[in-house]
Amino acid sequence: MIATTYYLALSAILFSIGVVGVLVRRNAIVIFMAIELMLNSANLAFVAYARQFGALDGQILVFFVMTVAAAEVAVGLALIVAIFRSKASIDVDEVNLLRG
Amino acid sequence: MFELVPLILAFPLAGLLINAAFGRWLDEKRIGIVASGATAAAFVIAVLQMLALSGNHFHAETVLLADWITIGDMHLPWQMRVDTLSVTMMLLVTGVGALIHIYAIGYMHGDPRFARFFVFLNLFVTMMLVLVSGDNYLMLFVGWEGVGLCSYLLIGFWYDKGDDNVGNARAGRKAFVVNRVGDLGFLIAMFLIFGAVGSLQFDDVLHFFEHHGAEVGGLATAVTLLFLVGAAGKSAQIPLFVWLPDAMAGPTPVSALIHAATMVTAGIYMIARSAPIFSLAPVSQMTVALLGAGTAFMAGTIAVAQWDIKRVLAYSTISQLGFMVAAVGLGGYVAGMFHLLTHAFFKALLFLSAGSVIHGVEHGAAASESAARGVAGEDYPSGAHHAHCDAQDMRNMGGLKDRMKLTFWVYLVGAVALAGVFPLAGFWSKDEILADAWHVGMVEGHWHGVAVYILLALAAIFTAFYMTRQIVMVFFGQPRSSAAEHATENPPTMTTPLVILAVLSVLGGALNLPGLHTLRRWLEHTHHFFHGIDFNLSVALSSTVLALAAIWLGVRVYHRRPLENATAPDQLQGVLGSVFNFLHAKWYVDELYAATILRLYEWQARFLAFQVDWDFWHDFVHDRVIAAAFRSVAAALSGPVDKGGIDRFFDGLALLVRAFAVRILRPLQTGYVRNYALGVMLGVIAVLGMMLVN
Repeated sequence: MIATTYYLALSAILFSIGVVGVLVRRNAIVIFMAIELMLNSANLAFVAYARQFGALDGQILVFFVMTVAAAEVAVGLALIVAIFRSKASIDVDEVNLLRG
Repeated sequence: MFELVPLILAFPLAGLLINAAFGRWLDEKRIGIVASGATAAAFVIAVLQMLALSGNHFHAETVLLADWITIGDMHLPWQMRVDTLSVTMMLLVTGVGALIHIYAIGYMHGDPRFARFFVFLNLFVTMMLVLVSGDNYLMLFVGWEGVGLCSYLLIGFWYDKGDDNVGNARAGRKAFVVNRVGDLGFLIAMFLIFGAVGSLQFDDVLHFFEHHGAEVGGLATAVTLLFLVGAAGKSAQIPLFVWLPDAMAGPTPVSALIHAATMVTAGIYMIARSAPIFSLAPVSQMTVALLGAGTAFMAGTIAVAQWDIKRVLAYSTISQLGFMVAAVGLGGYVAGMFHLLTHAFFKALLFLSAGSVIHGVEHGAAASESAARGVAGEDYPSGAHHAHCDAQDMRNMGGLKDRMKLTFWVYLVGAVALAGVFPLAGFWSKDEILADAWHVGMVEGHWHGVAVYILLALAAIFTAFYMTRQIVMVFFGQPRSSAAEHATENPPTMTTPLVILAVLSVLGGALNLPGLHTLRRWLEHTHHFFHGIDFNLSVALSSTVLALAAIWLGVRVYHRRPLENATAPDQLQGVLGSVFNFLHAKWYVDELYAATILRLYEWQARFLAFQVDWDFWHDFVHDRVIAAAFRSVAAALSGPVDKGGIDRFFDGLALLVRAFAVRILRPLQTGYVRNYALGVMLGVIAVLGMMLVN
């Protein structure tokens, strides 16, 4: 059986890739995908622990996370469509109305 | 039966409350019945008290209504006193009062303030009964002020009439203010009594003075002289009589009830009540007697030269009050009270008859006017003071004998009674006063008795003369105006009380006939030294002769050659010239007061208003001192302290905050999502780092 540590390492790598993606990319859809990556890295950690302790809690929580992620995608994509309509672009650097 | 005595106050009080609350929805008849009925019921109570007294061997009773003031040892209950003196006054007030109420129903017919009039009238009766039935000086004072208030309200009842449409209101104010002067004397007297005795109950006070006798002579003199000031105000004596003639501005029933029969006698009642104190102060007694006699003489002379029918009667009232005051000053308390009673009968009769005359002449004026216009006009007794014809001026009358027969006869009875002709009421009472004066002067040998006798005898001559003049001018000769020509007799509500009063004026002397002395025996039970002088035939004969001579003279002067028309000069004016004018101008007393007291007072008021208040207080103290000091303090606070210190501090603070925001906080807000995300991430790392470190 593969040790839990590997799963966690993979989860950490995936999360870091997601963080970097959110921070450095300007395309809104790519940022979205990076966020999905971070969520799924967390899911991976959940199921890894669930498997290690033989408890169902982690597995159940993953479904919750997936549900929330799906809802978030619906709202997020609607936001991106709205931004595209007003700016004709989905570059997040174009959206900087809160600049001081 | 004594416990019924509070009802004597309750009845008129109930009457006034009913009319005050519901008067505007009741018709005149009901208002009149309520008011007259209340007074008549009070009269019944007074009669019951008289019967109760005779069943009690005439011993005084007191009835406690309520505790009033209790401070330390001082105890002033609301307590009523039933003795022969107070019951005499109760009978007079309620009896004559009831008759005048009935008369007023007819007299005030059609007046827009009908209900209010009867409310005031009942209030007056209530207050007068408080005055005469109180068992201490403070209750007497409450009634004293209450009747003064009613007098004021009723003099100014037609407040929108008179000179410049405020003349009546001014007359009311004058009465009120002059009475205040007298009240001040009364108040100080009460303070002195209280200081010495520690009580104001009649029994305590009078026993104190009787017990200490001559030791407290000085106090008695001071108290009685101050009482005299009060009595001079209320009973219209020199020098405070000036309000009473002006008080004739009120409706005639008021003149009859308040300013002739009852209220003005309050001063005489008060002196009689305080007789034990007066007997300790011969100086005061002498002053009282001389003042009364002087007033009687002076007012008698003034009455000779007046043209206003009510004004003649007003001065006559002052003169007769002078008789009463002189009598009580001479120690003839019985004679004074006797004259008070008979005078109430015939002077109420005269005033009411004069009201009947005025009413008739006003109707005549309205009738002749509407006949001239060819319209039947609605007329109000109050509204009928026509500018072209003064319905109270005797020169506009004449010949009313045939037009108002009943009024003429009752007026004649009243006038003869007042003139003191045998055997009418005025003869007996006036004669008793003259006999008292004669006794004090000739038998006891006091000079002031002689002076009083001479003054009163002269006043009696004038009385007979001016009443003859009035009768002749009003009722005989030819009518001197169309109003007098069309005058008509009045309805029975007005004439019935006149007849009753006329009967009383004829028979009133029977109250204290020589030999029987009913009134003296009755009053002796209140103060044991209420003595009387026996009938003096020579005094009686001489005063009768003098009265008849004066009547003869009056007939000779006024009836032989009647006034030709309303503007002709008075017959006496030709004979006496400037003396007549002096008398007509009332000895210039009003002018004298205006020139001395009023002018001084106005000067002082002006000085206080302009110099003291405006120049000193307003301009100097307020503007220069207080306002200027305030302004300089305010300037210092607002300039250096507020603007220079506090404002500048907060301005700097604001600049600092703005600089911080612009320089430091603003660049942080880039608007790029990734920057915020980086911030979140760094935060998370920091929190995790802390958790790891710990």
